[in-house]
Amino acid sequence: MTENGCEYRERVLTMDTMNPNVKRVEYAVRGPIVQRAVQIERELKMGIKKPFTEVIKANIGDCHAMGQKPITFFRQVLALCSYPDLLEDSKFPEDAKSRARRILQACGGGSLGAYSTSQGIEMVRQDVARYIERRDGGITCDPDNIYLSTGASDAIVTMLKLLVSGEGASRTGVMISIPQYPLYSAALAELGAVQISYYLDEDNCWSLDINELRRALQEAKKHCRPRALCIINPGNPTGQVQSRQCIEDVIRFAAEEHLFLMADEVYQDNVYADGCKFHSFKKVLFEMGMEYSQKVELASFHSTSKCYMGECGFRGGYMEVVNLDPEVKVQLTKLVSVRLCPPVPGQALLDVVVSPPQPDEPSYDTFMKERTDTLATLAEKASMTQEILNQVPGIKCNPVQGAMYTFPRIQLPPKAIQEAKEKGQAPDMFYCMKLLEEKGICLVPGSGFGQRDGTYHFRMTILPPKEKLKIVLAKIKEFHQHFVEQYS
Amino acid sequence: MSFLKEIRPLGERRNYSELLDLSSGDPHRGGIKPITFVRQVLAACFCPALLEDDSLPLDVKQRAKSLLRECDGGSVGSYTESSGIAKIKHCVSQFITRRDGGVPSSPDNIFIMSGSKTALMIILKLLIRSEDSCRTGVLIPVPTYASITMILEEEGAAIIPYHLCEEQGWTLQLEELHRVLQAARKTCNPVAFYICNPGNPTGHLQSRESIEEVIRFAAEERLFLLADEVYQSCVYGDNAEFYSYKKVLSEMGSNISSTVELASFNSASKGFMGECGFRGGYVELVNLDPAVMKYARTLFSTRSCPPVAGQIALDLMADPPKPGDPSFPTFSEEVQSIKNTIRKNTGRIQEVFAELPGISCQPLKAGFFVFPSLHFPPKAIKWAEKRQMEPDMLYCLHLLEETGLHVKPGCEYGQRKDSHHIRLFVGTQENIMEDALQRLKTFHTRFMKEFS
Repeated sequence: MTENGCEYRERVLTMDTMNPNVKRVEYAVRGPIVQRAVQIERELKMGIKKPFTEVIKANIGDCHAMGQKPITFFRQVLALCSYPDLLEDSKFPEDAKSRARRILQACGGGSLGAYSTSQGIEMVRQDVARYIERRDGGITCDPDNIYLSTGASDAIVTMLKLLVSGEGASRTGVMISIPQYPLYSAALAELGAVQISYYLDEDNCWSLDINELRRALQEAKKHCRPRALCIINPGNPTGQVQSRQCIEDVIRFAAEEHLFLMADEVYQDNVYADGCKFHSFKKVLFEMGMEYSQKVELASFHSTSKCYMGECGFRGGYMEVVNLDPEVKVQLTKLVSVRLCPPVPGQALLDVVVSPPQPDEPSYDTFMKERTDTLATLAEKASMTQEILNQVPGIKCNPVQGAMYTFPRIQLPPKAIQEAKEKGQAPDMFYCMKLLEEKGICLVPGSGFGQRDGTYHFRMTILPPKEKLKIVLAKIKEFHQHFVEQYS
Repeated sequence: MSFLKEIRPLGERRNYSELLDLSSGDPHRGGIKPITFVRQVLAACFCPALLEDDSLPLDVKQRAKSLLRECDGGSVGSYTESSGIAKIKHCVSQFITRRDGGVPSSPDNIFIMSGSKTALMIILKLLIRSEDSCRTGVLIPVPTYASITMILEEEGAAIIPYHLCEEQGWTLQLEELHRVLQAARKTCNPVAFYICNPGNPTGHLQSRESIEEVIRFAAEERLFLLADEVYQSCVYGDNAEFYSYKKVLSEMGSNISSTVELASFNSASKGFMGECGFRGGYVELVNLDPAVMKYARTLFSTRSCPPVAGQIALDLMADPPKPGDPSFPTFSEEVQSIKNTIRKNTGRIQEVFAELPGISCQPLKAGFFVFPSLHFPPKAIKWAEKRQMEPDMLYCLHLLEETGLHVKPGCEYGQRKDSHHIRLFVGTQENIMEDALQRLKTFHTRFMKEFS
């Protein structure tokens, strides 16, 4: 019976009739712990007393939410593009105006509101190609191999859609690191693809071990058809920055095993540790000679959501495809046309990101200062986080070499693990939930990213402002010590 | 478009100096100006330093401030909740309630997405069991917008086409729906019924009775309703009125109104705002199983969040300036001007077509497009056969080559055998429409004469 007592017409869409793949989809970053955090925030607003006055959301890689300021120049160009009357306003610098004019000329009807081509505005793709060439020391980039997208996630899912096929034992297998950013596992679940997990080496700063890749691949060949290898560099959640040698090894492995490489490089400007440097997969591939550069298929992803820009809400991103079969490329172009086009403001933003102010331009000094300050602050917070967490007995934190997160390992007392299991919760979820309820700090349990059996972690962003971050770290220290005592 | 390869290379002498593109539903590309209030609010949200500016009206600043307060860190660069900023969903739900004369709408049932098509894809993901040996079927109208077919194919659905009746003004015929459904049940498992109202490409506007028929059909035959209503604010015909599926459903007696599952789609891309590039769309879900809603939310969450600029565009669409607001006079003038333009354009189209042999149109009432029928002489049909191309495709190809006017052929939308059409976009500046009609007139006259 329905609520008002009428004859019940059985619904068309029920748990039984729903697409079964959907049931397997999870996304911890916005999962149950975040939902509880939002609920607690509402309770605080209603005046309900708690042991804390605010919820600190250190679960999601959202820079502006944590107080990082947008880059002035970028926002000026975007305002000028939205409301071109401002081109007459003397308060805006000439370099911002000239970029806005150039962008608007490339838009239908001179408006950000017109659809662009599905692959993205040609002028923007050309500018992105030039950015990539500059970054990679002159290695050619063809704008036709650039696909603008709604954030990098959109392009990643599109590529996976192309790669996944087959049934049963010939179903596509995709290699992804453990731990990983759960977009990958969610997309693979949704597409019904086989996830092939390869473990990163926690004892060696989360580095990638080729032997582990080989092991995972051999095992997987028994029950699926491995086709792709995904790597996130700098890493999420682990923050490791792969060495050049490692990248070469991965490329060689992909060539030998005939795997499509997917390089998620959205944190490419977020590199902090001494001795670490970002090497793009494209650059390394081309420096390995034609034997590799003409053969290995590669898709590299970047976005405007991270680095020093932090413009998550604009959904700007792109992928560069290398050595894609021409017929597959036709299919890719067709596939992206279905969703019409990526958000044009995001395309405009991407254009300014890849063509920032030059030394001879009026906005240069301010721009450089903002960029440098933002990255320097992140570096400071990265090292402070690692230092403080490593002082806590039972918490072990690898160096935060890059990206925006720390993924420390936590020792949990057996009694706590037991209670968690009784509650039907992953032990680190149990830990994080308690941390949220007692201290108002929202983190994501390691189980949401994957980890070796019997190990527990959490992912925390290093984004809160320095003073607040110090407080957060102090509270985590307090909480952990109390938790261990409580369950000893 | 593949036929563009047939065009003479650029540089050869042509009778026109520039292309006229009436092929896509893009008002700004067609020369229609963005609404000033919308762009001022967006500019202030992007660059809050403008809030100190004297040049912006008070209501613009107030709206920008109130929107920025809803953004984490006061920045449109932050992620938002996956289904959209709570206050904006609330605003959209109030828009829906006002539109439907008081029918309640909950923000919890509203999901904002990067364009309405993305929302449709997620709903389809819930419905379509792509790994079943018996394919999930979805009924779609013929003619229909090409992307729908592509989306369904991508999701692994079986497409069940039902023909609209051109002679009756592109109406839905119940007998056709029944016929098609019975036949489909032999080969697939039909679960959903898709309709675009006002229609694309037909511009058909469903009567209230027709909507009731469809809802009753969905109730009896156990189908999930997908109502694509993105053109709901483009109604220009005399005595023409848009009825939303939600409103009609709510007035149909509780054993239907509280059980038929419905997803209604709307967007900031169409209507008077025409902000296609901002990708602001939403879906309202009605009567869904609460357990399924939980999974819908998870699926939406994996898409991160919709572009904030698009969300802002939706807020402004749902809650535009009101009489008494400083921006109201300009806003109202701009909207009226766009409405007048479309009215004039469709009027001119009917006038010009009335003079031309071999081209006819159903009454024009709503939507962004007209879909006239071309009545080709037998010689033209034979010529197309020889070239191994659809006659309307070949017609459009030559129209483009000889006059620079780009419109879409009916074969891209589906049509009854031996019928031919073109689709013209009507949301352009009047002088552009006039230019387009002259080019079409010249070409069409010559074409019909040549093949008579």
